[in-house]
Amino acid sequence: MLNFLDNPVHFGIAVVVGLLAAATLIVFALTKAKPNQDFKELTNRIKSWWVMIAIFSIALLSSPIVSVIFFGLISFLALKEYVSVIPLRKADRRVLFWAYLTIPIQYILVATNQYGLFIVFIPVWVFFLLPFRLILTKQTEGFLKSVSAISWGLMVTVFAVSHTAMLMMFPATGGNAAGGSGLILFLVILNQGNDVAQYVWGKMLGKHKIVPDVSPNKTWEGFLGGVGTTMVMAVLFHSFLTPFSIPFALFVGAMLAVTGFIGDVTFSAMKRDLQIKDAGALIPGHGGILDRIDSLSLSAPLFFHTVRFFYY
Amino acid sequence: MKHKFHNILRWAFYGVIVRPILLIILGFNARHMERLKPRGAHLIAANHNSHLDAMVLMSLFKLSDLPKVKVVAAKDYFCRTPLMTWFSVNVIGVIPIDRGGETENPIQPMMDALDQDCTVIIFPEGSRGDPEQQSPLKYGITKVLEAKPDIQITPVYMYGLGKALPRGEALLVPFVCEINIGEPVNWEGDRTKLIETLQNTFDALKSEMEVKPWQ
Repeated sequence: MLNFLDNPVHFGIAVVVGLLAAATLIVFALTKAKPNQDFKELTNRIKSWWVMIAIFSIALLSSPIVSVIFFGLISFLALKEYVSVIPLRKADRRVLFWAYLTIPIQYILVATNQYGLFIVFIPVWVFFLLPFRLILTKQTEGFLKSVSAISWGLMVTVFAVSHTAMLMMFPATGGNAAGGSGLILFLVILNQGNDVAQYVWGKMLGKHKIVPDVSPNKTWEGFLGGVGTTMVMAVLFHSFLTPFSIPFALFVGAMLAVTGFIGDVTFSAMKRDLQIKDAGALIPGHGGILDRIDSLSLSAPLFFHTVRFFYY
Repeated sequence: MKHKFHNILRWAFYGVIVRPILLIILGFNARHMERLKPRGAHLIAANHNSHLDAMVLMSLFKLSDLPKVKVVAAKDYFCRTPLMTWFSVNVIGVIPIDRGGETENPIQPMMDALDQDCTVIIFPEGSRGDPEQQSPLKYGITKVLEAKPDIQITPVYMYGLGKALPRGEALLVPFVCEINIGEPVNWEGDRTKLIETLQNTFDALKSEMEVKPWQ
């Protein structure tokens, strides 16, 4: 058991499981203390967290290829949810098929560590080819709407999410024995932890609304509490999962909290525009996969390039 | 013995092939699943958009219930060759109906299935029509109920399959499908009223979902 925890990634996951176990006990105590209140949503959320952490841990620990396939699957499910909720034209149906095909290509580039092509495939090649394929539908009415909606969707669900998988390719160094999987775990813990922390702080202290027109439940108290908590998490986890120094860990913690918030609000704006509450119903208590990874998808490329610039 | 063999084939077909593919490639967002329980002789009336409709509805049932669930489908399509007939009837679970009007009593196979306590899935619109555009309901369903007035009907409304695989398209494009299951409807002896009730239920089920039609 002790040998098992010597691996920093195993240790990180053990800490997360410990935290979730504590949260589960608190929620269980709450349901016993206040039997008249309805905690169904909260218990559903906790249950879903257990499932998500189990799947994520298996994906992260088994082998790099499995991790890459796992993130490819997330991209697929997210893109599917996205194209199912946005307004598109009948003529776009076949174009969407090509949009889906970018997923295997992008993740093959990740798995083979072709950074040069990985970074330009969607922003350069698909950006050029997608409007061309749309022209072939011979329907100009609504052309701009379709090309923008599909391009943005590919950027957030495929290009951005694939950056999380690409972290895997950062090798272990003297200062960071955990290598790429340590960085993935660090990013996911801070990003998802920030979501939870902003929610919990907002529920406990939230008074002053921060963006009432876009997301009426978000408050300054929740946001600032999230930034503080995420910075603390960054300091706690940086030493064994990343090569970061303490000041850099604090900076990355603050950055992930702020960009996570912006990502979250960006998707809230999209959902408001579409007049839907959730993008899907795949994860009980959370909504769809897009609702779970909204903040991650926009943070991941920023985290990736910050780490790449300063450490690799 | 032969029966058992067919059941095993059907479990394998749905459990190993159809269900995993549909769940990953399409994914369902199903509401009120608890209303869809097998209860002996029973009708499921669903709207029709795609070839996938039948497979999706069959996939909603537990594997152990599958031998008692059948789906009504066009004989001219599903029984083009002897091999297809065998596969459709024994593995997919199709009740082939002759819509050409050559058979004297086209609904007899449905009656037989109901006599064997089967849950029978039917598409009251008849053909698939334009994708996601519901066609008027036909009166065929009422003929069954006139002969078997105690049978209840559970309406099911589906959305998204007509976007994923519409008529005349061979290319499947993944979309999340919405499925909404209604409360059972009873036959009250009036054809027009039943069709009206079913139509109203479909409309109500549709309004509960967030559908995104083509622009």
